[in-house]
Amino acid sequence: MLKLYGQSVVSWDGDPFVARLTTDCNRPLAVREQEVLLLANEADCYPEGFRAYVTARERLGNTLAYRPRVLPLPALMGYLTDGDVVHIAPRSGQIHVLYRRHSTANTIFVTGRCNCRCIMCPQPPKPTGEEEHWAPMWLAAIPLMAQDTLELGISGGEPTLVPDDLLEILAACRGHLPHTAVQVLSNGRMFNYMSLCRNITCINHPDLMFGIPIYSDLPYVHDYIVQAENAFDQTVRGIMNLRRYGQRVEVRVVLLRQNVERLPDIAYFIARNLPFVEHVALMGLEPMGYAAASWHDIWVDPADYQAPLEAAVECLTAHRIPVSIYNHQLCVLNRSLWPLAKKSISDWKNEYLGTCQTCGVRANCGGFFASARRRHSKAIHVI
Amino acid sequence: MAIDSQPQVPQEPVQSPQTLFQQLDRYKGRAGATYSLLPFRFLALDATRFLLTNFTGELLVLPKEVVRLFVHHRLPIHSDIYYRLKSRHFLIDGDSTVPVDLLAAKYRTKQAALSQFTSLFMLVTTLRCNQSCVYCQVSGRSENEHRFDMTEPVADAAVDFMFRSPSSLIKVEFQGGEPLLHFDLVKHIVRSVEQRNASAHRDIEFVIATNLSRLTEEVIHFCRDHNVYFSTSLDGPCDLHNRNRPSFGHGSYKDVVSGIRRVQDTLGPQRISALMTSTRASLQRPREIVDEYVHQGFSSIVLRTLHPYGRAAVLGTGIGYSIDEWLQFYREALRYILELNSQGIVLREATAVLLLRKILTPWATRYVDLQSPAGIGIAGIVINYDGNVYCSDEARMLAEMGDQKFLMGDILSDQYKGIMLSEALLSPLEETLTECMPQCSDCGIQPYCGSDPVRHYRSQGDMVGFKPASDFCKMHLGLVKHLVRLLEDEPAAAKILRTWI
Repeated sequence: MLKLYGQSVVSWDGDPFVARLTTDCNRPLAVREQEVLLLANEADCYPEGFRAYVTARERLGNTLAYRPRVLPLPALMGYLTDGDVVHIAPRSGQIHVLYRRHSTANTIFVTGRCNCRCIMCPQPPKPTGEEEHWAPMWLAAIPLMAQDTLELGISGGEPTLVPDDLLEILAACRGHLPHTAVQVLSNGRMFNYMSLCRNITCINHPDLMFGIPIYSDLPYVHDYIVQAENAFDQTVRGIMNLRRYGQRVEVRVVLLRQNVERLPDIAYFIARNLPFVEHVALMGLEPMGYAAASWHDIWVDPADYQAPLEAAVECLTAHRIPVSIYNHQLCVLNRSLWPLAKKSISDWKNEYLGTCQTCGVRANCGGFFASARRRHSKAIHVI
Repeated sequence: MAIDSQPQVPQEPVQSPQTLFQQLDRYKGRAGATYSLLPFRFLALDATRFLLTNFTGELLVLPKEVVRLFVHHRLPIHSDIYYRLKSRHFLIDGDSTVPVDLLAAKYRTKQAALSQFTSLFMLVTTLRCNQSCVYCQVSGRSENEHRFDMTEPVADAAVDFMFRSPSSLIKVEFQGGEPLLHFDLVKHIVRSVEQRNASAHRDIEFVIATNLSRLTEEVIHFCRDHNVYFSTSLDGPCDLHNRNRPSFGHGSYKDVVSGIRRVQDTLGPQRISALMTSTRASLQRPREIVDEYVHQGFSSIVLRTLHPYGRAAVLGTGIGYSIDEWLQFYREALRYILELNSQGIVLREATAVLLLRKILTPWATRYVDLQSPAGIGIAGIVINYDGNVYCSDEARMLAEMGDQKFLMGDILSDQYKGIMLSEALLSPLEETLTECMPQCSDCGIQPYCGSDPVRHYRSQGDMVGFKPASDFCKMHLGLVKHLVRLLEDEPAAAKILRTWI
């Protein structure tokens, strides 16, 4: 698992800032103010003008030790490279990685709060009242991201709970990253408000998609899973409202004990009632957060739900709705489903087991969540 | 703008799930103790089962006693069947109000073709023909009777007329007679439509309905350059085809199969489709007919009945049969087609495809014959060689038999508005809403069916018709019931049929 946050041993007195990393000592002076110079191990120079200086060296040499704004990289963060964007809080020495230049799994976390409390949430929401304001950080980061970034996620928490921040961030994406596909992960409930759909549509983003979950065709089961009254009605109406405004929607179904049996019914419900959705993702559990705590209540071995999974896929495919399977290892899926299995686990938390080393299909396999090393199907085997 | 906590690394919850989460029963309970029925229709599928449909085309097949419990509000809430009825919007309870919104959206989707208005324009370019099919529905004229040709002024008026339709799709179908006998006019129309469309920006499709006997190099090149599709008739193996479709002096089979090959080879296999018309002689030979289509490289076949017009209407020709006999033939042919599919041979029967789309998908279908209100005039329209405008192909066939009941106007002297608002269109249209027609309004297959006022007028002297005596009704009931039985009872067949949509 990639370490995206670290604490340095050095700190200095200064306000937190967002900057892009560079390894080039000769960067034009004009951009140095928004960049942090990543000093090579053997380098012993200190070009003027950069916002800060980081080094992977454990001990600072004489040239650097007494210079201002020099930060040794925390352990395991040596992967950082040219073009990555970080947030640095000098007083505490904290470094957060906001964007990795060579990753396709970059996500903008707009808020930690949520209006659902899904029983399998890998990332439990922050309690309300604990106010935070992350948008300015991201608004500073977006202009520093590379223009050829292929895709970018926007998530939370529930990003629509801070609609003004979300709108500002989408507008920034459109302005600074016009060629980047943006996917917003949302529970869709707030799209009940036409005004939100309208305001988003007004931004006129060229490549925007909303990933919204439907966990059951039975409203009360969905509401139980997300632990919120009327969530199903609001989400379905939200999806319909987005459609009214011409927005593109992907439906995401996480597979758990409470819904796998009705998986073909869920697929049929989507095909019949929301046939305009562009994609359906059928997703395995991530054993973090609440999911880890209630693992025994929610987890079904994927080997035991292959039949309903196949039926659901057949239904969606017949209705020409593209479907993908996320977070599953090939060895637990029926072969007919292999073409749909995506390597969906974000690179920073994607791992394989020891057994996988000799596996013939490892290169095509999505592997495991780092957190799933001890929580996986009994059917895992070498192919 | 400090962030002092890490958003990407989740923390384990401090509380245990038992105290953190509401239990399932709390959400389950809000369904209440009883339920309300949503509008639906039903029909006995067989001795033990009902077929249930709602007005958006959702379908369920249930044992009769279950349906009795259901309508008497005695179905156990939270039973499996209850959930099926609920999920497909046959009932509603306190759990959710969103089914009403979804039904509205689904109904709008199913009726979407209405807002498109007329998209199919059938142009009878000439009545002349070089074949004399036993079932000819228009009684084609001989090759040198040029007074049965469409003139350029009529064609130009027809092109003007088409672009008055608001439809985003304009499909021009050249009919006859044999349109290749008057190919100069076909070319003229194609060019004028293209010219008009340079600024009108509609989706344009051209289809030429031809027996292919006059397929020249010039025709092939023109159709290639202007993206014209071919539709032809292939009734089965050589002897059957020749018997049904004699050409003066010799059979027409050789011409049609060599034409099919030429189009497939030079323009691609997707550029030509074929349909077969069943005569009494066809009924014994379903497999051979299907084999003929496979042999000729088709991936689709249309199995049609005779229509009671033209020569087919003349008694004593010995080509007719009852609908029951035809359904028997259809079932055998379909069974064989499914058998071929299970062996990996791609062949679809187009009537089944249409009905399956109606049954299994939420989408609207554009096929003119199975709509409510009927597609006459408002989905497809016929412009005859002489400039007469009819609401359907059958209407002009009736006119050729001397009955101008469905004549909407004259393309040269009447305005678009006058034609589209003519009594000859509006009064039959009013009588074609199956939602409120006697017997149709209660019929379990209402959402999959339609009405054919011309045919009922012709066979029963009444545009609505008496359904128990209607062949149209009998045929569609037979087809839908058969398909539903396959979907319900034969998993292997159902698996194939589900991929046809």
